[in-house]
Amino acid sequence: MNTPFAIPDNPDSACRPPSTKDFLVDRAFRALARIGVVLILALVVALVFEVGRKALPGMEKHGFDVLFGTVWDVNQGKYGILPAIWGTLYSALIALLIAGFFGVSMAIFLTQDFLPAKLAAVFRTIVELLAAIPSVVYGLWGIYVVIPAIRPLTAWLNSELGWIPFFGSSLSGPGLLPAALVLAIMILPTIAAVSQDALTSVPMKTKQAAYGMGTTHWEAILKVMVPAAATGIFGSLVLGLGRALGETMALAMLVGNANTITLSLFAPANTLAALLALNFPEAGPNEVEVLMYAALVLMFITLLVNVLGSMIMLYAQRGNK
Amino acid sequence: MIRLMKSAALAVAVSLSATSATFAAENVRLTGSGASFPAPIYLTWFKDFSKNTAGVTVDYQSKGSGAGVQDFLNKTVDFAASDSAMKDEDIAKVGEGVQMLPMTAGEIVLAYNLPGNPKGLKLSREVYSNIFLGKVTQWNDPQIVAANPDLKLPATPITVVVRADSSGTTAVFTKHLSAINPAFKEALGEGNTVNWPATDKFIKSPKNDGVTATVRQTPGAIGYIEYGFAKLAKVDFAQLENKAGKYVVPNAESGAEALAAVKMPESLVAWLPDPDGAKSYPITSYTWMLFRKDNGNPAKAKAMREMVEYSLTKGQQIADSMGYIPLPPSVVEQVRKASANIQ
Repeated sequence: MNTPFAIPDNPDSACRPPSTKDFLVDRAFRALARIGVVLILALVVALVFEVGRKALPGMEKHGFDVLFGTVWDVNQGKYGILPAIWGTLYSALIALLIAGFFGVSMAIFLTQDFLPAKLAAVFRTIVELLAAIPSVVYGLWGIYVVIPAIRPLTAWLNSELGWIPFFGSSLSGPGLLPAALVLAIMILPTIAAVSQDALTSVPMKTKQAAYGMGTTHWEAILKVMVPAAATGIFGSLVLGLGRALGETMALAMLVGNANTITLSLFAPANTLAALLALNFPEAGPNEVEVLMYAALVLMFITLLVNVLGSMIMLYAQRGNK
Repeated sequence: MIRLMKSAALAVAVSLSATSATFAAENVRLTGSGASFPAPIYLTWFKDFSKNTAGVTVDYQSKGSGAGVQDFLNKTVDFAASDSAMKDEDIAKVGEGVQMLPMTAGEIVLAYNLPGNPKGLKLSREVYSNIFLGKVTQWNDPQIVAANPDLKLPATPITVVVRADSSGTTAVFTKHLSAINPAFKEALGEGNTVNWPATDKFIKSPKNDGVTATVRQTPGAIGYIEYGFAKLAKVDFAQLENKAGKYVVPNAESGAEALAAVKMPESLVAWLPDPDGAKSYPITSYTWMLFRKDNGNPAKAKAMREMVEYSLTKGQQIADSMGYIPLPPSVVEQVRKASANIQ
């Protein structure tokens, strides 16, 4: 026998060493997992390399002018993506504020004994169904439902409170606010689901201990449960933000794609992902270089957000201990 | 048993090779890509043609004119389609020679959305070119009111909806605006994408569908879309003032008038940035298919000539109902003659 382990005296014993089969399965699984990890890493590296290689001529030709330019004029060879960077960050941030508030509230509502467990499961499934709706459907829904619905309110805000920069222009149709609202709904399932997992994974005893000390239901939730699950909840927000930054089709339809930089929520804006999606199909060689450059910028922003998120999470974890 | 299996396998192999041989002899597959503007009618033509012609299938991918020309240069397709024909420098890159054939023509309309849905809005050359230049910004602008004494025009701002993606439609439209308004030519020029004024009243939407949806959902909006599309979507579109100073409704007749106003040259590339004629609709344009003169494959060349012939005869009959303009008979003759160059 070629077994790496000694054959036990009593094969039926509960504490026998792993059999050859166990050993081989374990080995095979480990190898498979390793291959998977290496492949994923290789894929990321290949992606960055390929995009970077194609972006290089554009970076050499235009340098930082692309990052700080505000005009995108293919005919004159002027490429500026500052408005798109601004719009990407602004729309994602607003979406995160809205979806973060509702997503975390929803997670608390569904996990902290406000509802019978079965009903909570139904609600949870419904929220997760939102994630299955295609992006283009969200875009159409935004054009035909969201924009007409918010038009009266935005008109009132603009006429009464127009001196506040956020309400500084009238909503014509597609614009930053409708885009951010739809984006918020799109990232809501991610935030709600991950926050729920975080809250349910807090040990039962923690909550019982809080009650034992005489806290009310809400004190237990806000002062004990949420802080205990903070890392996970924060992780859900980072995930949501990452998705918001990269969302394409719905935004291309709703954001208005105008190269303007303004604080106004009602003005049309632009985002990097929409810029890429709309210009790639017919781009000439010169334009492709710059679009690849823009893609690299988008990747970098997403990476930065994820790294920052992980760092804050680490910091928070250390603070907890 | 083994012998039986052997003979069965042999029979299968023989029949397989037989069918593949007949396939190779008769089945011709043509692939094309390019302009999205004529894509609906092209796809209908190709479907009918493939169905009625034994052994020939035509596939067409609507990618946009620029992408089509690119594919044609890279030789990934047998033919291409383009709203802006082909640049001389690109033609020079094709060693086999290029035969451009105008296959149909279309109009671009200005769709609008005004409270109360007033019909028959009239826009003068001065006004519509300046709207897209961002200079006329209110619906009750005196110039618009002067041309439309019967309409009640609101004091709402004009929201201009333009194409966000690169498009042959934009190229044809800006070519026309540049021809009629020197200030437009100076500031924006012409092209598949231009640098539209950066104000919060200029909105960009993807594709014809996006522009149509946005115009429909935005009170006070105006946008340019293809006539066929506007007809399908049942949006209101404006009458435009032509070179002769008359207001003209876009339809097949006014488009045919515009085509008749220009003589098709030997190269088969005629532009109508601003057609003459009292009944001509001002924004009308041909759209082309691009072929190689020397295909090095007689079967393919023959199939392509048949495809062109089909499009020129049966194809032209459905043009009107699909929102395109049939080619004038003289142009059909010219195209038919030129299609003999596809060898």
